[in-house]
Amino acid sequence: MSIPVLFRSCASTALLLISAAAFAQISITEPWVRGTVPGMKATGAFMQIASKSDTRLVAAASPAAKVVEVHEMTMVDNVMRMREIKAIPVAAGKPVELRPGGFHVMLIDLVKPLEKGATVPITLTFEGRDGKRETVTVKAEVRELAAGAPKGHGSMHQAK
Amino acid sequence: MARGLRNAGGQSDPMRRRRLLIATGAAGLLVACGEQKKAAFNSIDVTGASFGQGFSLPDFNGQVRTLADYKGKVVALFFGFTQCPDACPTALLKLSEVAKSLGPDADRLQVVFITIDPERDTPELLKNYVPAFNPAFIGLRGTVEQTAEVAKAYKAYYNKVKGSTPASYTIDHSTFTYLYDPQGRLRLMARHEIDAGALAADVKALLRG
Repeated sequence: MSIPVLFRSCASTALLLISAAAFAQISITEPWVRGTVPGMKATGAFMQIASKSDTRLVAAASPAAKVVEVHEMTMVDNVMRMREIKAIPVAAGKPVELRPGGFHVMLIDLVKPLEKGATVPITLTFEGRDGKRETVTVKAEVRELAAGAPKGHGSMHQAK
Repeated sequence: MARGLRNAGGQSDPMRRRRLLIATGAAGLLVACGEQKKAAFNSIDVTGASFGQGFSLPDFNGQVRTLADYKGKVVALFFGFTQCPDACPTALLKLSEVAKSLGPDADRLQVVFITIDPERDTPELLKNYVPAFNPAFIGLRGTVEQTAEVAKAYKAYYNKVKGSTPASYTIDHSTFTYLYDPQGRLRLMARHEIDAGALAADVKALLRG
């Protein structure tokens, strides 16, 4: 290996390190969980995710539920489908909203009912383009069962 | 809706898409002009349909309910399940907003939620869940066989999809809200995407007769 090549590879490694440091800048806003009533074993968590560099939400965990998955809801020919997905891509500078009608974090096998006003810690694992993982823990507010999306269109509550 | 349009176009050519949009717009105008005399609904008009002619299922208190019990009211019927984090609460929330917007006429709307998940949705759970959206809403639950029968009678689709644990399956399901007039005739099917204002306008039109 010639010296210039070695130098170049060192320089790119240094650049990578710099970008990895900048990268820790994932911000989560307005995390909330749909409250449950006794007997309900599952519910959804919603939030907005922004990142300064390209990343992907690849996993989630919470002490409130035995199983936590990343889901996508789709509506095809008036049929609602919900599926676990491997990742939610979050492009640099383009916030992604997890909201009713799209992506959500699914809390399955709840340890106990989630009452309005409580908070639920959720740890989210992100994977950057370099494969490096980092986790962010949020405290999601439990809203009422009949809560809607914060900026839902067409909702009479919001129209007021 | 946008997804449906895109699929209907079947291509990404912007010119063709524009033409399709113009055509859709023109058709909308024609419909709007042609329907000035009769009431235009925001939901799909299915007046005279042979399906969805009624139900007979126990409610969460064990009392058997039929469509005839609600004569004189507009009935809004929805198939769903309580472990649904998204579509079902959104639909019930929208119906609670519709009920609120009716003011003194709110008691002339009966919302009926039929579970497609009788295995996990116990009567107790339904009794906790459905009235959380509005105390007047009612939840019905049949046996697994009765559920299949009633869904078939409504051309409603549902299909269990395996989850990561045996109890965590999810259910794909159609999301129409079926609307009956006060005479008990099936009149409209509302799509999931309809907003509360448009749905309320349809309910009010049915109440006016």
